[in-house]
Amino acid sequence: MHPSRKRRIRLIVALGAATILAVALVYTSVSASNETVQPSQLAKADPADTYQLTGKVADGSLRERSGGADFRVRDRDGAASVPVSYSGAIPDPFREGREVIITVRKQGATYVGERDSLITKCPSKFTEDSTQKS
Amino acid sequence: MATVGRALLILALLAAAYGIVASIYGAVRGRPEWVASGRRAVYAVAALATGAFAILEIAFLRSDFSFQTVWAHSSTTTPTFYKGAAAWSSQEGSLLLWLWLLSLWSSLVLFLTRRQLRRVAPYATAVLLGFAAFFSALLVFKVSPFHTLAMVPAEGKGLNPLLRHPSMMIHPPMLYSGYTLFAIPFAFAIGALIAGQVGAADWIRSTRRFALAAWFFLGIGVMLGARWSYAELGWGGYWAWDPVENASLLPWLTGTAFLHSIMIQEKRGMLKIWNVSLVLATGILAIMGTFLVRSGILDSIHAFGASTLGLPFVMLIGVLIVGSIGLVVYRREALRSENKLDSMLSREAIFLGNNLVLVGLAFVVFWGTFWPLIAEALTGTRRALGPPWFDRYTVPLALVLVLLSGIGPIIAWRRATKANARRNFLVPTALALGLGVVLAAFGAASRPLALLMFVVGGFVVFSVGQEFWRGVGARRAMTNENPAAALLSLVARNRRRYGGYLVHVGMAVLFIGVAASTAFRDARDVQMNPGETARVGDYEFRYVNATSRAQFTNAGNLEKISLGAVVEVRKDGKKVTTLRPDRGFYPSTDDSLGPIGRYLAGEATSEIGLKAGMRKDLWVAMTPNIRAYEPTIEEGNRVFTALQGKVPAEETGAAIGLALRNRIIEPYRNDPPPATFRYIVSPLVTWIWLGALIVFGGGLVAMWPGPDAARRRARARAAARVAEDLGRTQARSTA
Repeated sequence: MHPSRKRRIRLIVALGAATILAVALVYTSVSASNETVQPSQLAKADPADTYQLTGKVADGSLRERSGGADFRVRDRDGAASVPVSYSGAIPDPFREGREVIITVRKQGATYVGERDSLITKCPSKFTEDSTQKS
Repeated sequence: MATVGRALLILALLAAAYGIVASIYGAVRGRPEWVASGRRAVYAVAALATGAFAILEIAFLRSDFSFQTVWAHSSTTTPTFYKGAAAWSSQEGSLLLWLWLLSLWSSLVLFLTRRQLRRVAPYATAVLLGFAAFFSALLVFKVSPFHTLAMVPAEGKGLNPLLRHPSMMIHPPMLYSGYTLFAIPFAFAIGALIAGQVGAADWIRSTRRFALAAWFFLGIGVMLGARWSYAELGWGGYWAWDPVENASLLPWLTGTAFLHSIMIQEKRGMLKIWNVSLVLATGILAIMGTFLVRSGILDSIHAFGASTLGLPFVMLIGVLIVGSIGLVVYRREALRSENKLDSMLSREAIFLGNNLVLVGLAFVVFWGTFWPLIAEALTGTRRALGPPWFDRYTVPLALVLVLLSGIGPIIAWRRATKANARRNFLVPTALALGLGVVLAAFGAASRPLALLMFVVGGFVVFSVGQEFWRGVGARRAMTNENPAAALLSLVARNRRRYGGYLVHVGMAVLFIGVAASTAFRDARDVQMNPGETARVGDYEFRYVNATSRAQFTNAGNLEKISLGAVVEVRKDGKKVTTLRPDRGFYPSTDDSLGPIGRYLAGEATSEIGLKAGMRKDLWVAMTPNIRAYEPTIEEGNRVFTALQGKVPAEETGAAIGLALRNRIIEPYRNDPPPATFRYIVSPLVTWIWLGALIVFGGGLVAMWPGPDAARRRARARAAARVAEDLGRTQARSTA
């Protein structure tokens, strides 16, 4: 086979493979990802869907129990909140007032957290207010 | 001192700006004295950044709370070791660390190459100084570490207890060394592109060791982060596909690809566009990693508050991307390959496959990390991907990668014949398949992907082992050395090759550990009272009794209250070990929590109980139920608030200590409320850390200057001396 023809075939095969992989990547990204929402955006939550809920643990709402915790998550900059029931590992920094990310599904009036999906933002890192006040 | 620190940073910015102009002017006009002046500007920036960093460190060690950053990130109760390291737990301190390390590494590379790369080095100097100017400007105009407080507080907020772990103290300098070292091959690649020298291999040779060092340090940083997560965060995992974790992995993956593919450019003059693109992408990803930690654009466990640094970083990254692409396109003719791939069954082809897999992995991780932003841009809705999505792509890619790392060392360059393929592959393949059959018989077949990883990992170990075996045999035949001496001289004579092989073995061991600990892990969360037993896998965990104690600093201040447990582990009725997990409660400086409440409502960290072994890790974390003490805490808050102002502070402090001991610490030990335990029995976790150690040991062997390099340097020095002497003689005769 002529080398230029061989090169063209190789290029077409490579581009074809790359296209198939790219389509698979996009398709699985869309189907496997959860919508990221704050509590105020959960008003029309579909019980069939899972959501990645972000917000702060509302003050006075935390009740720890065997194997998990019940608490309310509120908007970062607002009062709207939803009740969350979670089972699984509770990260060390987790507490009232902390920013959390948790995968939830609506069950009745409560949002049930997926096992071990609770992550609490580490308070160790850089915040603007700690550096710019003087 | 703060004023001096500020002045040093301003001078560093000015020196960097001057150096950029001097280097470019010298390069364009062919004026070596300006080029040398630009290089000396780098040394000046290093000296100034060292001074600024030293001032900040001294302020931390002296608990000088007039520095705002010291007040916000340290305290008199912070142990001295952690005070020194608290400097880089802040935004501003970590940026200063970045600048300092960058300036040190830049000085080193420019000193080592001061008589080489005369056309490339000035532009590389300008690029490195560009980075230094960027970070100096951030520290001068955006987030100064030398802000002072008008009223000096008596006590600081303290270092976050989560960061009080040895690996977390070394982790940032390692990561930043990796990021800043990757700036060096990036800068020289840009220099080579601008100077039109990109086809030559000398800039690669001069910076290859820095790329290897970057890979080495970044890898250590990533592994230390994983170890910290496993030992300190109380969830029992070591990798969560968090955006910030991913950000550090990305340049490491592309850097690994680069370290492999430059061998093909050096040996065969191929893959020039690919290599220069890889090194540029790696440099940009290193900056992107730094940016992600600070921008807050993605939700991450490592929270980042709102920051004003996002825009400058986006602008820098934009300039780097556009400039890099523009230069590669402009120099595309000079980047044409000198040779073509002879066969798909050759080491070049395997290296190419390895590169495609590594870049594919990097792309998948990049895509998954930035998917929330991509989805928001495309659909208006922010969506996030979880670990299962990452696993779906990374597991098969990792399998292929490990397999290729076993094939690479034993396949011939240019074209493998049937005979040499049979000679090289027969034994490792047979042994690996045999291992698979044995493991399947012992139950590993229930997790096919893990079993496959054991087989390909075994193949790597056997194929590399075969290479060492044959090499030692050949040396012994030639020199009659004993096996150990033959092995040492074999490695010493070709450190790059055999160091690389060790890295491959380490990666195989690491991936076997990851596969086993992920696929065969047993975990259980359970609430227990003393005397109760929980079964996890083949083990029984018995909560024997509660523990409690108050820990004080050398100055006599209460550092933390620890509430824990003694857990006895048994298997088949026989005692295996005793674990002592606890949870440390660090006092908060928030007075609104009450005089007693602040001792239990501050930061809390898990000290895990761990019995690590080559076969299994037994891991336990516990959370005491301190809500049972809420009435006691509220009562104590009421009593001691009422006493404020009526009783001297020292007496109140002593009474609070007594109350904590008598009403909480001792009662907890004697009659604890139920505690929540998380038990994990996980096989081969130790192999992950062992594999990492082998990887870095191999990296060190590969980086260590060999006798050839020493000879080359001696020859270069001699040649330089001769040239200088000739120059002087010529000058005298002209005069």
